[in-house]
Amino acid sequence: MTTDVVPGLTPRPALSRSAAFAEAHRCLMCWDAPCIRACPTAIDVPGFIKRIAFEDDLGAARVILEANILGDSCAHVCPTSVLCEGACVLNDVDGRPIPIGRLQGYATGPVIQGGVQLFSAAPATGKRIAVIGGGPAGLACAAELTKRGHEAVVFDAASEPGGLNTRGVAEYKQTRTAALAEIAWLQEFGVAVRPNTVVGEDITFDELLGGYEAVFFGAGLGAIPVLGIPGESLSGVEDALRLIEAVKTGALAPDAFIGKTIVVLGGGNTAIDAARLAVRLGAVRTVVVYRRGPDEMPAYQHEVAEARREGVAFSFWSAPHSVIGDGKVEAMRCQRTAPGASGADGRPAVVTSDEPPYDVHADVVVRATGQATRQSLLSELPDVATDGRGRIIVDEEQRTSQPGVWAGGDCVNGGKEVVNAVAEGMAAARSIDEELRR
Amino acid sequence: MADLGVNICGIESPNPFWLASAPPTNTGDQIARAFDAGWGGAVWKTLGEPIENTWSRYSSVDYNGNRMMGLNNIELITDRPLETNLAEIEAVKSRYPKNALIVSLMVESNPEAWHRIVRQAEDAGADGVELNFGCPHGMSERGMGSAIGQVPDYCRDIVGYAKEAATKPVFVKLTPNVADIVPPARAAKQGGADAISLINTINSVTGVDLDTFAPRPTVAGKSSHGGYCGPAVKPIALHMVSAIARDAEAGTVPISGIGGIATWRDAAEFILLGATTVQVCTAVMHWGYRIVEGMIDGLSGYLDSKGMASVNELRGKSVDRLQKWENLDLNYVIKAHVDQEACIGCGLCYIACNDGAHQAIGAEREGDRTRVWIIDDACVGCNLCSLVCPVHNCITMQQQDTEHESLTWVEYGEGKGTLEPRPKHGVTITAE
Ligand SMILES: Cc1cc2nc3c(=O)[nH]c(=O)nc-3n(C[C@H](O)[C@H](O)[C@H](O)COP(=O)(O)OP(=O)(O)OC[C@H]3O[C@@H](n4cnc5c(N)ncnc54)[C@H](O)[C@@H]3O)c2cc1C
Ligand SMILES: Cc1cc2nc3c(=O)[nH]c(=O)nc-3n(C[C@H](O)[C@H](O)[C@H](O)COP(=O)(O)O)c2cc1C
Ligand code: SF4
Repeated sequence: MTTDVVPGLTPRPALSRSAAFAEAHRCLMCWDAPCIRACPTAIDVPGFIKRIAFEDDLGAARVILEANILGDSCAHVCPTSVLCEGACVLNDVDGRPIPIGRLQGYATGPVIQGGVQLFSAAPATGKRIAVIGGGPAGLACAAELTKRGHEAVVFDAASEPGGLNTRGVAEYKQTRTAALAEIAWLQEFGVAVRPNTVVGEDITFDELLGGYEAVFFGAGLGAIPVLGIPGESLSGVEDALRLIEAVKTGALAPDAFIGKTIVVLGGGNTAIDAARLAVRLGAVRTVVVYRRGPDEMPAYQHEVAEARREGVAFSFWSAPHSVIGDGKVEAMRCQRTAPGASGADGRPAVVTSDEPPYDVHADVVVRATGQATRQSLLSELPDVATDGRGRIIVDEEQRTSQPGVWAGGDCVNGGKEVVNAVAEGMAAARSIDEELRR
Repeated sequence: MADLGVNICGIESPNPFWLASAPPTNTGDQIARAFDAGWGGAVWKTLGEPIENTWSRYSSVDYNGNRMMGLNNIELITDRPLETNLAEIEAVKSRYPKNALIVSLMVESNPEAWHRIVRQAEDAGADGVELNFGCPHGMSERGMGSAIGQVPDYCRDIVGYAKEAATKPVFVKLTPNVADIVPPARAAKQGGADAISLINTINSVTGVDLDTFAPRPTVAGKSSHGGYCGPAVKPIALHMVSAIARDAEAGTVPISGIGGIATWRDAAEFILLGATTVQVCTAVMHWGYRIVEGMIDGLSGYLDSKGMASVNELRGKSVDRLQKWENLDLNYVIKAHVDQEACIGCGLCYIACNDGAHQAIGAEREGDRTRVWIIDDACVGCNLCSLVCPVHNCITMQQQDTEHESLTWVEYGEGKGTLEPRPKHGVTITAE
């Protein structure tokens, strides 16, 4: 991937026809292709790529969307270098894997963004399924159910559906507009979406369980909890999700950080996204403060490398101590840490050092320290079992411990990628379909 | 979704995609897997008297980094016992009653041998037989295969022998190793052929090992000419199929088109030029049976896009578009047009036209890139620049307004009409 001299907020352009053709012809069409295995939705990658090579672009789109109904989003937001492209055998030939994500977008773009319908729903079964949450998991589940002739109704708390795919994904990977166009395509296909409807408040679980033949739970994860450190309520302390969303909706101007220093707290992909966003908003200095070392960061190495190339600095083995300022943020006070004995997860424990804390100048402090699970919502579904980390426990068909309730997406896997949410949503739909046809 | 089902001389097939008689149809297990993958029909690997093969038997030609543009083989007919093949034919046909199963045959040129083998194939349940008059290596040295296909009289006689015993359709598979494909096709028809399959492989030597001086495929330091197939032979096959389809006599016999078919587009072209079914060998030897999925999807998507409900509507649509040269319009004027926005400045069109065609493209450096332009007066509209341009739709050939009515060479010879002004050749050379 190349980095622009001045990174912007616009996604890279779609492949031209000539480029797509050339790249498609490079594909070896491996047998039992590793790229298929690396894709959580198991798209027949060589199958769609050869359709591009043989000039059947609609056929390519059909292959992709049959396996992954949100294939257009995934083409842009998937971390392909750790998924399909990372598995491409050409990495071992010349280090140039087939640009699978871009070829995928080349095929799906004209269909999804162009509003071309490729599928027709099976004859109506008269069965209704309630889908809680209109993020990738819920939408994928609802779409697959619709395709199989059921009536799926998606309830989403937000005014715009799409979950984090609409609100959280970096705008320079996929725009909010493109995400919403995909949802419009799904609605056109027959997926019913009820926005501004909070399950548990506007409609109860009992109403859903009573009024529908099955329920799919895909409410994702919650907000990023406050750290509980002094100064956290100062003006200028932001939460990464709100910051990202504000940029995507236009509530925050694209030059909002010109001349400013931004400190991002955390070491996951959200922290890196927030830091790379800060660079794009004009920050003169962006520092990621993380309480462990570079090897322990949960963020993808390729994302960290991109962030470094874009000028993001890292302060490792440093924990947030307090936010300093008078009314508004002036500095982030950090405490040095050190690795301790390895914990149960294999990562070293974090030991706070006795050294006096140090200050990093900051105009804005962004909290990106991980999203909470939806504990209070789940407490209303006492028969749905969760594990020690608040994740819903499901079987291999995405069934929860409560009969009639399936679940998938971040609320089950603890926060992975859009493509995982889609895979789980579609798997749940297949299982629901089978059950309802018994 | 358009209906891909076809009927060729009474044999129904769920789609026009068949496997050609070759290694992909060696065994019943293979054909079962192929039918499961979606192939509509298969022609069993040629049966006949027992043979023995060499070990090393295939060689190929790569092109610009792409493997197997053309494949060559010196393999003979089946090396499995006749009884085994017949038992498997019976098993496959009863498991897959809806798929077309044809059995390819090749025996010595006497009536009894042909009667016997035709009856054996039919008794095993074959929907039809295909007489292999095409194999150009090994078998031809023994007076079979292309040794028959190259002599129309032999063709006619042997089809006759087969027809005497046959109760089901007889396909005749022709060799392309002839100066004109029409006489053997007519002879096959006169002998009573129900369908014609073509092409079999083309005589070839694919290359020589520059260290050992042994041609490929090398058998203990030596080789033998083989049969060439794969993408490289498609144009030759298309020509031969269309030549038969256009012939008043032979063109009434349904055709199973073969030669270099690897994609739905290739298949559509064979069908447009008159084929009812198509047969595939090399592409399956390269990629496996799975390629049929893309062929089915692509062809039905294409038919849908053309508003055609059945593949039968496509058949033969281009046959009349192939004409003698003398009937082409000399006043149809086209010229190249470069989309300057799309141009990447590679200069390939310039060098191709300047050295290899008609000196009708100008080029100069503009800043750090090459700019090209068409010299309209010199452009003969030959298409070459648009063929070498690596950017899709950058160079297009555009029809020009003309003053005069269309005019063919025949009409021109009869003194009719007026020729449009011809292109000007700008560059000349003097002795100094
Ligand atoms: C900052 C950030 C960047 C990311 N970037 C990428 C990326 O580049 N690529 C990638 O593949 N993944 C990325 N992800 C991860 C990806 O967005 C998630 O894995 C995916 O969206 C999970 O889908 P989901 O449907 O499970 O949950 P969500 O997307 O969270 O959707 C859950 C939905 O449920 C709704 N909801 C919640 N509670 C209720 C209720 N009580 N009633 C009704 N509706 C409710 C919410 O409004 C929301 O729409 C990113 C995540 C974050 C946080
Ligand atoms: C290894 C090999 C063996 C073949 N054996 C036979 C055969 O036994 N009988 C026959 O009629 N054709 C035989 N053929 C020819 C094919 O059936 C077919 O006519 C030819 O390969 C052209 O099709 P293609 O370009 O799709 O490969 C053989 C071809 C190959 C490559
Ligand atoms: S393909 Fe390779 S393994 Fe298979 S028979 Fe031929 S030489 Fe042997």
